[in-house]
Amino acid sequence: MIQEQFPALIVVTPLIMSFILFTVSWWNKRLCFPILLATLSACLVFAIGILDMVIKHGQPIHYHLGGWDPPWGIEYVIDHLNALVLVAVAVVAWLVALYAKSVVEKELHESKLPQFYTLFLLQVTGLFGITATGDMFNLYVLLEIASFSAYAIIAMGERGADFAAFRYVIFGTIGACAYLLGVGYLYILTGSLNMADLAQLIPKLFYNKALLVGFAFFLVGVGIKMGIFPLHTWLPDAYTLAPSAVSALLAPLFTKVGAYVIIRIMFTVFDPSFSIKLYPVMDILGWIAAIGIAFACIMALAQSDLKRMLCYLIVAEMGYIVIGIASANRLGLTGAILHIVNDMFMMACLFTVVGAIMYQTGTRNIYQFRYLHRTMPVTLGVFVVGALSVVGVPPMCGFFSKWYLILGTIEAKKWLLLFVLLASSLVNAILFFRVIENAYLEPRGEHAFAHDGGHPSISLDEVPWSMLISMLMIAAGIILLGIFSGVIIKHVIQFAVPASF
Amino acid sequence: METVHSATPLLAMLASLIGAFLILFTGERNRNLREFWTLAAAVIKFGLIASMLPYILHGKIVEYTMVEIYKGLFLQFRVDTFGMIFALLASFLWIVVSLYSIGYMRDLNEHAQTRYFFCFALAIFGAVGVALAGNLLTLYMFYEILTVATFALVAHKETPEAIKAGRKYLAYLLTGAAFVLFSMAVTYYLTGTLDFKPGGFVAGHGSREILSLVFVTFMIGFGSKAAIMPIHEWLPSAMIAPTPVSALLHAVAVVKAGVFCCLRVILYVFGPKVLSDLGLWIPLAFVVSFTVIVANIIALTQDHLKRRLAFSTINNLSIIILGAALVSHDGIRGAMLHIPFHGFMKITLFMCAGAIYVKTHKEFISEMEGIGKQMPITMAAFTIGALGLTGIPPVCGFISKWYLCLGALEAKEIIFLLVFLASALLDAAYFLPIIYGAFFKKPKFVKDHFDEASFFVVFPIVITAIGSIFFGLFPDAFMHFFKLAVASAKNIMGMGV
Repeated sequence: MIQEQFPALIVVTPLIMSFILFTVSWWNKRLCFPILLATLSACLVFAIGILDMVIKHGQPIHYHLGGWDPPWGIEYVIDHLNALVLVAVAVVAWLVALYAKSVVEKELHESKLPQFYTLFLLQVTGLFGITATGDMFNLYVLLEIASFSAYAIIAMGERGADFAAFRYVIFGTIGACAYLLGVGYLYILTGSLNMADLAQLIPKLFYNKALLVGFAFFLVGVGIKMGIFPLHTWLPDAYTLAPSAVSALLAPLFTKVGAYVIIRIMFTVFDPSFSIKLYPVMDILGWIAAIGIAFACIMALAQSDLKRMLCYLIVAEMGYIVIGIASANRLGLTGAILHIVNDMFMMACLFTVVGAIMYQTGTRNIYQFRYLHRTMPVTLGVFVVGALSVVGVPPMCGFFSKWYLILGTIEAKKWLLLFVLLASSLVNAILFFRVIENAYLEPRGEHAFAHDGGHPSISLDEVPWSMLISMLMIAAGIILLGIFSGVIIKHVIQFAVPASF
Repeated sequence: METVHSATPLLAMLASLIGAFLILFTGERNRNLREFWTLAAAVIKFGLIASMLPYILHGKIVEYTMVEIYKGLFLQFRVDTFGMIFALLASFLWIVVSLYSIGYMRDLNEHAQTRYFFCFALAIFGAVGVALAGNLLTLYMFYEILTVATFALVAHKETPEAIKAGRKYLAYLLTGAAFVLFSMAVTYYLTGTLDFKPGGFVAGHGSREILSLVFVTFMIGFGSKAAIMPIHEWLPSAMIAPTPVSALLHAVAVVKAGVFCCLRVILYVFGPKVLSDLGLWIPLAFVVSFTVIVANIIALTQDHLKRRLAFSTINNLSIIILGAALVSHDGIRGAMLHIPFHGFMKITLFMCAGAIYVKTHKEFISEMEGIGKQMPITMAAFTIGALGLTGIPPVCGFISKWYLCLGALEAKEIIFLLVFLASALLDAAYFLPIIYGAFFKKPKFVKDHFDEASFFVVFPIVITAIGSIFFGLFPDAFMHFFKLAVASAKNIMGMGV
């Protein structure tokens, strides 16, 4: 049946289509966008099909590429965890693609559009692949596909983007090297690259120091890719200066897929007890997350550029996910996984809004947002939904993941992390209400009761429909994910958490 | 207790949510239609809530579960007697305040009226959600919606001062919410449930210390909204908002929601038994008694009418909490009765202050001498409300205060009886001079002939003033506040002590 081929198709389709898209663009540039959207629609169908299969069967799907049996051949293994991430990536990528058309046509030169669309697809290919694969080395390859397309696509951005992208190349390559070294260590120790196979072999080597070094390399390598403090330094520049559509794609997805990889390595490849009982990995991660969130919040407070503020916010949000991991219990990890999905939508929401504001006004400076609520009411409405979600106001989804994270820290008795979670949502409130205040309120003199308007010249001036629809759908997603978070947990996430918790 | 499964609570909630968005989409283009949505939503909402009253009076509970969040944790409405009191109050007064808002906003030609009515509808959505919520998580959800929606109302004037007041409001309430979130999470971790139960559900879970800590953080969290001293500072500042908003803040939605939540925690989460076993009610009672006395003394010094009323509100909110903290039958009855009764009286006073402002632009009491000549209807209503808060029969304030005093006697705590009496006395001390000045002094700054505000402004005032007397004479008429309060007290004490 075709449904059984979905795990391969979801990676192969965008890969092949990216080449077809590039070829077609020589002949007709107008076809690029329809091809992109059609491909991503297909991927969405594949992702949902995979999730459906996983839920129905209740156990992981194994797909042997080329019919080679693991551990020799490459195997794609999809369980509840990555099925969920696949669907989230597919949905967000589709929505951002819909959003991207108008934005890139305004921001990029016409000649660059085919490259943009091609790289967009390659990027998505990489993300799908990272998520779907069950092979450590294959993961490296796909990580590099995603990274290299990210470097290139970021460099298309505004002034200074090339430099930021170069910095990202350096950091990203160090990260990739670290990851590859980790793979090398494991291969030397075990002779295997297959995750399931490694999971069998590693517990016998638990006290091996080389294994610990390999593990550390993994953490650092993936940590750089996911922009975890203090390895985040490339992130704010790269994502701020990238074209709006690119940051709207990368900011929500790449870092979160990195978080998925961390969870996969810590809990599937290495047995959970390795980082809980054997080494104080969880304590270290907890401290890193706490300091990272504090640092990111302070840096975000200092920004007047909304996009840069959001970039620091990503660092903080990654800290939340790490807190969930560091709690090392069912509730905390549930929160972390839920937050991966939620944060994709939240960041997609906020970054698309910044792009829309840029599109219409040409500025990202918070203090120049005055009267925006007259010109772009819908965009700002979407922004408020995203902002409230980050602050943690129910029924937006951000609250619910925070709820589990908080429960997790209580169960783990990590009071510092609990405090960080609570305090940082207050800082988030300051961050976002500063923006909301500037965009919605029009400070006026003491007794000036201006007759409605006062500035009749300022009238509705919204972004094109495709962008609006995409943003509204993301906002709706945030609310629905919040209200139905229980359903997701019941049917998917509770199986994604290691059984030993 | 019998449970009725019905979608009525959800429909009642949707009425104001849909209403809010209809208001938003209609906007300035058609003001009359926009105001029609407000009123239609208000009336439908009240009708739906009132339709549940017969079930509740028969001792049943109306329940509607939206979705499961986690094991033993639902987004759920469960309407009980106590929730019904607050829901009836909030949804009825919404109709009144809507009428008043229309008059007030149009008379003053305020800006951003669409945003105003939208946020107003959302605030009521939040307040009634708090009332109908079946567990702490659902309650928290609507509590936060209420907080955010009110921010825009507090900062409505958009003067630097108003924006500052808005920030202050958010700072206090969001910090409070963080405390609530912490307490809620710990409670869930300890007990595995957050469903309200008359008489509390935490008994037997967790150690003394943990429970005490959680109680304190709960009270700090919800107390920030109920304006318990020393976390009341935002409330007087928020007086900068348009008067209907102040009326809403004080009498209907925001602070009442805070008090409601405090009572929910005291009576339905912890319960009288745990409270008296752990001795937690003593510090609480002293803090709120302190608030009562100090707020009243500060009120004496205020010349700004709305600020004086604000401190009077702080006083009355703490009285309600004190009544509940005494863990006596009559104390709980009195506390629960004081929620709607104080609502009626205080909203009258605020709407009077607004009417005066609309007509004369006077905000200070010293400028209002002789205003009884110009606005006799308004000032008559003001007198009724003020006398009621002082506790003079036949205005309804007397009944609730009577039960509060009985509650203090029942608990054998003479010192708190004195607090109740002192508060009534101080109420008289700062309200009577206003009335005296209005009627018996020569007008200096206002006209000496009849000149009332428009119909939309005066009519709601008359209604709530009449309501205040009416409920004083027939406390059990129409909305059956009395029966509801008695039934709640019985449930709580019956299962508790």
